[in-house]
Amino acid sequence: MKLKLICGVAAIAAVTALPVLSARADLFHTKLPKDREILHALNRLTFGPRPDDDAMVKKMGLKKWIDQQLHPDRIQENPVLAAKLAPLESLSMKNAELAANYPPPQLVVAIATGRAPLPDDPEKRAVLEHLAERYKNKISKKGVEQSLIPPAENVPLTDLLSADEIRIMKKGTPEERAETLRTMPAEKLQKVIFALPEGGRKGLFAYAPPDVRRKMLLTAAPQQVLAHDLLEGKLYRAIYSERQLDEVLTDFWFNHFNIYLDKGADRYLVTSYERDAIRPYVLGNFRQMLEATAKSPAMLFYLDNWQSVSPDTAKRGGKGAKRARGLNENYARELLELHTLGVDGGYTQKDIIEVARCFTGWTIKEPYRGAGFDFNPRVHDNGQKVVLGVTIPAGGGIEDGLKVLDIVSHHPSTAHFIATKLTQRFVAANAPASLVDAMAKTFLQKDGDLREVMRTMLASKEFWSQSAYQAKVKSPLEMVASAVRATGADVTFAFGLATKIADLGEPLYKKQEPTGYSNSSAEWVNSAALLARMNFALALTQNKLPGVKVDSKKFEGDPAAVAKSLLFTDASAQTRHAIERGQAEKKEPAVIAGLVIGSPEFQRR
Amino acid sequence: MFDRRVFLKSSALAMFGIGSAPHWLARAAEGVERRKKILVAIFQRGAADGLNVVVPYGDPSYYTLRPNIAIPKNDVIELDGFFGLHPSLQALKPIFDAKQLAIVEAVGSPDPTRSHFDAQDYMESGTPGRKATLDGWLNRALPSEKAPISPIRAVSLGANLSRTLRGTNPAIAVSNLNEFQIRDTQSSNTFEGMYEGTLDKVLKGTGRETFDAVKILQSVQKEKYTPAGSAQYPNGRFGQSMMQIARLIKADAGMEVAFADLGGWDTHVNEVGAKPTQGQLANLLTEFGNSLGAFYRDLGDRMQDVIVVTMSEFGRTAKENGNRGTDHGHANCMFVMGGGVNGGKVYGKWPGLDKEQLYEGRDLNLTTDFREVLGDLVTRHLGTRNLARVFPNFEAPASMMQIVA
Repeated sequence: MKLKLICGVAAIAAVTALPVLSARADLFHTKLPKDREILHALNRLTFGPRPDDDAMVKKMGLKKWIDQQLHPDRIQENPVLAAKLAPLESLSMKNAELAANYPPPQLVVAIATGRAPLPDDPEKRAVLEHLAERYKNKISKKGVEQSLIPPAENVPLTDLLSADEIRIMKKGTPEERAETLRTMPAEKLQKVIFALPEGGRKGLFAYAPPDVRRKMLLTAAPQQVLAHDLLEGKLYRAIYSERQLDEVLTDFWFNHFNIYLDKGADRYLVTSYERDAIRPYVLGNFRQMLEATAKSPAMLFYLDNWQSVSPDTAKRGGKGAKRARGLNENYARELLELHTLGVDGGYTQKDIIEVARCFTGWTIKEPYRGAGFDFNPRVHDNGQKVVLGVTIPAGGGIEDGLKVLDIVSHHPSTAHFIATKLTQRFVAANAPASLVDAMAKTFLQKDGDLREVMRTMLASKEFWSQSAYQAKVKSPLEMVASAVRATGADVTFAFGLATKIADLGEPLYKKQEPTGYSNSSAEWVNSAALLARMNFALALTQNKLPGVKVDSKKFEGDPAAVAKSLLFTDASAQTRHAIERGQAEKKEPAVIAGLVIGSPEFQRR
Repeated sequence: MFDRRVFLKSSALAMFGIGSAPHWLARAAEGVERRKKILVAIFQRGAADGLNVVVPYGDPSYYTLRPNIAIPKNDVIELDGFFGLHPSLQALKPIFDAKQLAIVEAVGSPDPTRSHFDAQDYMESGTPGRKATLDGWLNRALPSEKAPISPIRAVSLGANLSRTLRGTNPAIAVSNLNEFQIRDTQSSNTFEGMYEGTLDKVLKGTGRETFDAVKILQSVQKEKYTPAGSAQYPNGRFGQSMMQIARLIKADAGMEVAFADLGGWDTHVNEVGAKPTQGQLANLLTEFGNSLGAFYRDLGDRMQDVIVVTMSEFGRTAKENGNRGTDHGHANCMFVMGGGVNGGKVYGKWPGLDKEQLYEGRDLNLTTDFREVLGDLVTRHLGTRNLARVFPNFEAPASMMQIVA
């Protein structure tokens, strides 16, 4: 019997290893039963239902709720979210402030050598003065070449802390450690943070109160605060925002116009990119979002357009001529392939070069100091160009690039490509052409109005069909956020959840390629990720994740009822039997809840 | 030391109980099974600068094109009178000298794209220019088997199953061997029952692959792993990936192909620091070379069954740019390491670096298709005869490069 099982591996795997993740295509015209509509809508338009959402939508009426989600400004935001976001101050700073307050190592060195000013904020000023001092001491000992800032002070902790305090920091419970840090006078705390070795910092990090955590990061490497704030901000919003569709769409569009956080200056440019170039337009106009991304320093840096200059620049002489390297096709290619027309959208290599010529001179003022978009006419290719059959006359200057954005944002291939991607995210991997065509038509007729495109989708029979229901496997972010929402957990350390999402295979803001993460589940359904999902589920419900608190009392009682309370529908007979059989001897409510969160049903939305 | 038969018996027991172990495991436990050949593929993501990795110091144009970032002749590790290794690849020199490391020059994908994504996709699928290919070349390269096969036949290191290993043969992704488990056994069994029973075909298939692999790996996890030959793997992700591959090979649990990658090779800026052993490239090569060196030491005699091959999506411009770096180019170099390799030699025709010899006037030209190198490993090392299935539409040259001894 068992032998047969293993023999079967090959056969079954042959069918499933390249999972056909498509929904049953024959049921796109079969209407979803009425009593499943709310759950379906919550699964698609939010990061997963919370315990009271079903009742809330029922009370409001599904149609009205959807309409509200399409107008996020009309939704009163959750005060809990505002409180969680308040300490993440970098999220509201402009690029120049971000660079000054959370400088990269090069800028700390510049400060130390008097080539850059200190920030105005007294707390950051103090920390940076300290780091600069640390660096200067090192220079005097080792010579100037080594641009590394020593990671920690050489002050023994015993000079700062009592034996008892050291014991708690090393061996105390998380609560004891947090309490010790919380009650420490500010000056002493800062000294202790300066003196903590890297290992010690890591050990305390998850348990420290949020403001102490930020101090630790600021002291260790100021720039890390930015990634920390971005990750926490994204997760708090996904978990707590009432404007759920707005968050889901911000995630979708950031991924569509993906930028890798760890590429050089993008470490601090992504904050404003998401906030100013993506978020305002997700239910607005596509052409405007496209231009915002095209002009954003984050994109100009990520796809190298800031360095793309007319090949003639060197011949023209003058400033910059010596370093001029000519055309860089990177942005032009991805603009056509990934942002607008799609890979089969009908462009040629010649079009790529012509588009690249149009965007020469679109650059960044001082990318490492946080200035903004700049058009440099001196390096722009002013000749005539032909893009997708449209002639752009010579001498257009910055208008050339804008003209390209006009052409591609009104192109039928773009309408089709955007519609297809939206259906992959919101309907199914293989939504019928009828739906894609209808959405593409709206896109063209309504001049790229994305709210209208969403409306077309949400009014379609395909969206409300049997085939769309539970057709998608949750992405890593969706899995983690939906589990937290379903269990009603209180999160005070969202950064920890971000590392879990990375374990599941899709670290936030860390997709290196401009493609963004795939909308197809084939990318994240694999053995390592599946185990990571199950382990995350068990850790969450048993309160083993630092800074995430679940009230496990509510999982007491009949396992079938517990499953229903987390899945918002009945668990399958197979899952219920597995839990009943497996947990017959020792019924631990938190474990049962973890098993439900790790079940096949919970992986679907 | 580590007794293979004891291990296999214990894992067979753990998995199937006495008397019901599958054939492959039983055969392996008896020690009568022919030892399978193993192929390990390494991807250097971001387009490694081959010209500064295996330095053509004998080509004067190299120094003309790279006044600031060329590796000086005095610093290279001499190979054959024309090429030398970057000084941070010290660890590979003894392997080259032992004739177990071969280098292929001016090799890569014939597709002209300079897009990282497309080029990686083409190299991993093994079908340059064709985007519709769903599976990866290394999955197709697995020999077809009539007998039952190991659930860990194909292992991809990292949280995602690499494109190279995706396909119809079962393949698992492992980020960390020790964490490839559900720590609480009761929950593990419950989950297994749940995924076994589910009507969700996709998750059922992945669930089964996962739990079969979990059982095999339980026995591997029980033994604390100490690399042999006093090998020291670097602490980074790549070094740890190589150590885990070595551990799986030595566990004899049926792994035939493995994949690992190392990113960060896109050195547009500050590729080379004040000295050749400083800067981004030197740091990466230290990690890369020391990881391969440790793997070789660790496996010792087992290298007889193993070949490691490295690749990167394309090379970089022959000429340096204005930022002490290089831009996207064309041809590159590959390393092939293993006991059964005709090593100690640089393969491939050198196309030269003069302006008219360069690809599109700027990049190292291609003289060998990467599929010729991989094709040799697939057919003569793994023993997969049907090369047309592994690399469809690849017209192999009449006399293929023979790197496998």
